[in-house]
Amino acid sequence: MSEFRVNKTVAEINAKIKQGNAVVVTAEEMIGIVRESGAVKAAQKVDVVTTGTFGIMCSSGAFLNFGHTKPRMRASKVFINRVEAYAGIAAVDCYIGATQPRDDDPLNKVFPGRFRYGGGHVIEDLVAGKQVHLETTSYGTDCYPLRSYEAMVTLKDLPNAILLNPRNCYQNYNCAVNLSKKTIYTYMGILRPECANANYSTSGQLSPLLNDPFYRTIGIGTRIFLGGGIGYVIGPGTQHNPRVPRSENGVVMGGAGTLAVMGDLKGMSSSFLRGASMTGYGCSLSVGVGVPIPILDEEMARFTGVSDDQIQVPVVDYGFDYPEAKGGPLGYVTYGQLKTGEIEFDGRAVSTAPMSSYSKALEIAETLKSWIQSGQFLLGEAQETLPSVPFAGFPAKG
Amino acid sequence: MTSRNVLLIFKSSIMYKPRIYRLSKDYDLVFNILEAKILPRREGRILLELQGEEDQIERGLQFLEEGGVVIEYLADKILREEDRCVHCGECTGLCPTAALSVVRPRMEVVFDVNKCVACGMCGLACPYGAMTDIKLFDPFAEGRTAGTNP
Repeated sequence: MSEFRVNKTVAEINAKIKQGNAVVVTAEEMIGIVRESGAVKAAQKVDVVTTGTFGIMCSSGAFLNFGHTKPRMRASKVFINRVEAYAGIAAVDCYIGATQPRDDDPLNKVFPGRFRYGGGHVIEDLVAGKQVHLETTSYGTDCYPLRSYEAMVTLKDLPNAILLNPRNCYQNYNCAVNLSKKTIYTYMGILRPECANANYSTSGQLSPLLNDPFYRTIGIGTRIFLGGGIGYVIGPGTQHNPRVPRSENGVVMGGAGTLAVMGDLKGMSSSFLRGASMTGYGCSLSVGVGVPIPILDEEMARFTGVSDDQIQVPVVDYGFDYPEAKGGPLGYVTYGQLKTGEIEFDGRAVSTAPMSSYSKALEIAETLKSWIQSGQFLLGEAQETLPSVPFAGFPAKG
Repeated sequence: MTSRNVLLIFKSSIMYKPRIYRLSKDYDLVFNILEAKILPRREGRILLELQGEEDQIERGLQFLEEGGVVIEYLADKILREEDRCVHCGECTGLCPTAALSVVRPRMEVVFDVNKCVACGMCGLACPYGAMTDIKLFDPFAEGRTAGTNP
């Protein structure tokens, strides 16, 4: 016998989606539903909760196959718009990484560097349908004699283009401050000295893994919204770590779970895949991801009912502690507090700014909701869930 | 009462003549120097916030122009490329005048050009190149007015 009062399977929910009568809500809408009718009634009523996030996710890139040339070539160096792609794989395959800068980029030689164009921008340009300059060289072999090849290509010309991101969707993240005496330029943005401002990331209550904190429904094979198209979770992302401190509601109090994802670049859109340049730090790619969460029972209803003021974020000093890999969080704040635009730190007000776009995250959750409602997007049942830790259960009152 | 932000460029021929005090004395305007840079014997640039009656601001600016001061309006120089902006909000933490701010609860970023003082922080902070990268105080930058050298 199940410990739950509501018991649904993914297959049952998919049958309802096909019939067009599944109840789908966004993670934002779910908060009010759980608050008003309780977790059991919410689980009876709602079948799927959609989530979303849009932000800079550095561990991203795309496998591109540019097709065999005539005569044939085994490319050993590949540049796309002067950005190097890794070519240490088969003849005309390469991997363009999001953070690879242009070959002639001045980097941080004149500090802070601007990193205006890199691998993430190449991916954005491809998805936007723009022509890119492909340049390859080789040492030549008996079976692959051609030594150099150059062409202007578009995404349509490429036989295969697969977005494959080893780490996306950090479950939770730091709120970055700078306690040093000079301005610093980080992957968490520009941080003014003496804690003048604080930057945070993730979409909080809308964020995929914050709505399924123990990864009960998300795993290999979960079908997702990826970059405006359809993608899949292909496993835990690099640095996936379920063993971090959690608050009573099970929600992690810092970076924890991550997702490795992939999808066909050809179905994606430059509205949800954007090249990013971080002054003084480097270039990257902003990725839009949305994960649908099946409400199998009242526990999942309660998890997805989590709101910004119930999610703790560690405040971390990027002036000294983070670069030196020393010290722990300076304290904790909630997304609810961060989103007001001001937090209190050390007895004074510090202005806050988000790094990830909540309005885009909401757009993603709403788009995914409409896809599922229309019956064209079925849930992919996880073939194996992500490494997790046991949950002791919600406190008796709460 | 209204407020307007202007960039005043004093070429070398006029840069040592006192003018700005007349805005207050003759036109009853409150002026607030937001930023200023003087390159001795070459050029002076002042970013000024003017507060006063609309027609008085107009007349004050006319007085300056008649005296050879080149006037540029910040509202004409700073631009957000709407299709580049993803509404992340990173710029809002660095904007000194809240010209860029977040509208809750959807957390969309709005840009009020009239509050902008062209400090350039948003251009530096924006990962998507949505804000005009402007350097008002670099005499060799785009803001330099051509053909007015004495």
